[in-house]
Amino acid sequence: MSYVIPKESYTGKVLSFDFGKDDRAVTVGGENTLPFLSFEGQQPSRPVIACEIQDCPPDDWPDTVKEAYKDVSGDPVAWARHCQDVLNAKAIALRLLSTHPDRDDRSAEDAAGTVRDVLAAVDVPLVILGSNHIEKDSTVLVAAAEAASGYNCIIGKAQEGNYKTIVAAALAHNHKLIAMSELDINLAKQLNILITQMGFSKEKLITDPMCSALGYGLEYTYSVMERIRLAALAQNDPTMQPPILGDVGMYVWKIKETVAPEADVPEWGTLRERGIAWEAITATAMLLAGTNLLIMRHPAAIETVEKTIDELV
Amino acid sequence: MALTGIQIFKLLPKTNCKKCGFPTCLAFAMKLAQGGVELSACPDVSEEAKKTLGEASAPPIRTFDLGTGEKAVKIGGETVLFRHEKKFVNPCALALNVKDSLSDGELAEKASEVASSEIDRVGQKLRVDAVCVEYASGDAARYEAAVRLVAEKAPEAAVILNCKDAAAAGAAVKAVEGRKPLLYGADDGNAEAMAAVAKAHGVPLVACAEGPGALSALTEKIRGLGVEDIVLDSGAKTAKEIIEHNTQIRRSALKKNFKPLGYPVINSVLRDDPLFEASVASVAIAKYASIVILGSIEKWKNLALFTLRQNLYTDPQVPMQVEQKIYEIGEPGADAPLMITTNFSLTYFIVSGEIENSRVPARLAVMDCEGLSVLTAWAAGKFTAAKIAQFIKESGVENRISHKELILPGQVAILSGALEDKLEGWKITVGPREANAIPTFLKNRA
Repeated sequence: MSYVIPKESYTGKVLSFDFGKDDRAVTVGGENTLPFLSFEGQQPSRPVIACEIQDCPPDDWPDTVKEAYKDVSGDPVAWARHCQDVLNAKAIALRLLSTHPDRDDRSAEDAAGTVRDVLAAVDVPLVILGSNHIEKDSTVLVAAAEAASGYNCIIGKAQEGNYKTIVAAALAHNHKLIAMSELDINLAKQLNILITQMGFSKEKLITDPMCSALGYGLEYTYSVMERIRLAALAQNDPTMQPPILGDVGMYVWKIKETVAPEADVPEWGTLRERGIAWEAITATAMLLAGTNLLIMRHPAAIETVEKTIDELV
Repeated sequence: MALTGIQIFKLLPKTNCKKCGFPTCLAFAMKLAQGGVELSACPDVSEEAKKTLGEASAPPIRTFDLGTGEKAVKIGGETVLFRHEKKFVNPCALALNVKDSLSDGELAEKASEVASSEIDRVGQKLRVDAVCVEYASGDAARYEAAVRLVAEKAPEAAVILNCKDAAAAGAAVKAVEGRKPLLYGADDGNAEAMAAVAKAHGVPLVACAEGPGALSALTEKIRGLGVEDIVLDSGAKTAKEIIEHNTQIRRSALKKNFKPLGYPVINSVLRDDPLFEASVASVAIAKYASIVILGSIEKWKNLALFTLRQNLYTDPQVPMQVEQKIYEIGEPGADAPLMITTNFSLTYFIVSGEIENSRVPARLAVMDCEGLSVLTAWAAGKFTAAKIAQFIKESGVENRISHKELILPGQVAILSGALEDKLEGWKITVGPREANAIPTFLKNRA
């Protein structure tokens, strides 16, 4: 018996778009193969990691990751500059968390001001995230989209309960859009269809099928992403062809494994390394399942995953 | 390719003698095609049929034990490329690499790390399964002594002998023969000598070549020399080589039924930076390795890799369950709210995550509903007023709290009346329908 390389050729292809401006713009997606299988197809753009910052001090982040930004996290502009200039982040994800009614309930106008300030301070592409409050996001993200007009950002997340106003804002101000649903391939597909029915191009969408942390449902996200990617490639399903987003940091940096001190659980080893490994491994698994854009927090985890991507592409 | 029931039937005696326990030869053939019975159950099958059926019915990826005893791990036997199709069967073994050039003290310490690596996670005992001794000294006597020492200090771990010198390997195998070490391994230069050692001692052998093509030629050669339990090392070093080679190997075995690559795979992911090594190891774990060799096994790294392995090898068709108990989130005082939900793991993760997000300390009563979500469990009659009342009474939570109020998921608001009847003296409050409304709900109460 002689060996023949078992190649698959797919009829479908993942869509691609760029975000950001001029020579700092980055491209996501575009592959016509399962992740990193160069022997049978092309993956023209490298997965991108956006470094997460927020518009209020990260009081609720565990010490390991809070410590990494302690000198800059009081001010989103300083924080964004730090990510770009010191950490060499290729993209930044600004979460407008302070607008959440349970946080500071800051106004959409305030949020728009923060967006303007951050955009003026850095050149790298920006992902603009709401506070994940369905009603509030539909006003905050509209104001943020307007403030960022002309900057070609990714805004989100548009969900079933609020997508209409957010889609309209992304359309009016020419941004890319995150469509988020909760761990179900059919819901992801349905939301993408609803959004494109409003006249929003599928070529400007990125699908967030909801992330989950290692040990806390990771296998569900992993399989939903794999199924989305197979639907895009093997079944050539146009509604499943937008690139995929993995919002890793916010799911990882709250679970017990990233918070519990070694004194409480000696068998789990040192807390700092444990937390960083948790974020890096969650992110690596997401890449293998098909994620094109990751949102992450800890600089050491980001560096580790970048090194892994260096080996994978 | 697997044969159909009809194709198998044609090769059987067609006597309907019933000695196999089935009423007809056709019924037996059908069961055989599904893999539900062994051909040997038919006493009258011809030699020719045995040969044809034996080859066709062999599983596409061979399965055998790594190590011996209670903690031996099965490797191979996988049947799919994607875990949503069907369960990944045999979780990959993790092994620590040690060089025989280390001092005895260092070797003993590393072997003890392996021996004490066991951690309990959601009811499963997880551990580093094997220790791999690398022949770095160039001194056969030293190698044998190092192997003996490591095997003694890690008495339950599987032993992997990374040594391409057949004489040194032979002496080491003999020293730990009872542990059924994995011999690692044979290449183009030493295949005959290594196969002879493996065959003489009845131990499995790793075939080492550059790329799946060269590897398939080597495994055919080794099999021709009489060794059947083979492990594949395609020479993959980078994360890309790991994912590409392993994908090609598994596709060849499963989709082309290409026997020369129908064996479990071993990957070495040694890196100087332990964090980076953990990330590359996760590529191997997710993408089809059966054995992953690590350079270090810090506790934090073990916990993360064990968890990834456990997650990906979970049966996608059986809902993951968490233990039935009262979970404390934050540091709840006696007056902290008490909520209830079912033990479907995803339900638990989402509900407990939202309680954490609220930053209101609370107790979450998680009730065993065979891993069903709230609405499904209610519809299936497993999350009823009577069963909830019994669970709350038997949990003893009453003694730990200063109130008698239970917050019920909004999806089952319909149960609140019946539950107030069954749980005398308790106030039943209907909580949010969706978990993402929990933070607002809890804060508004506080």
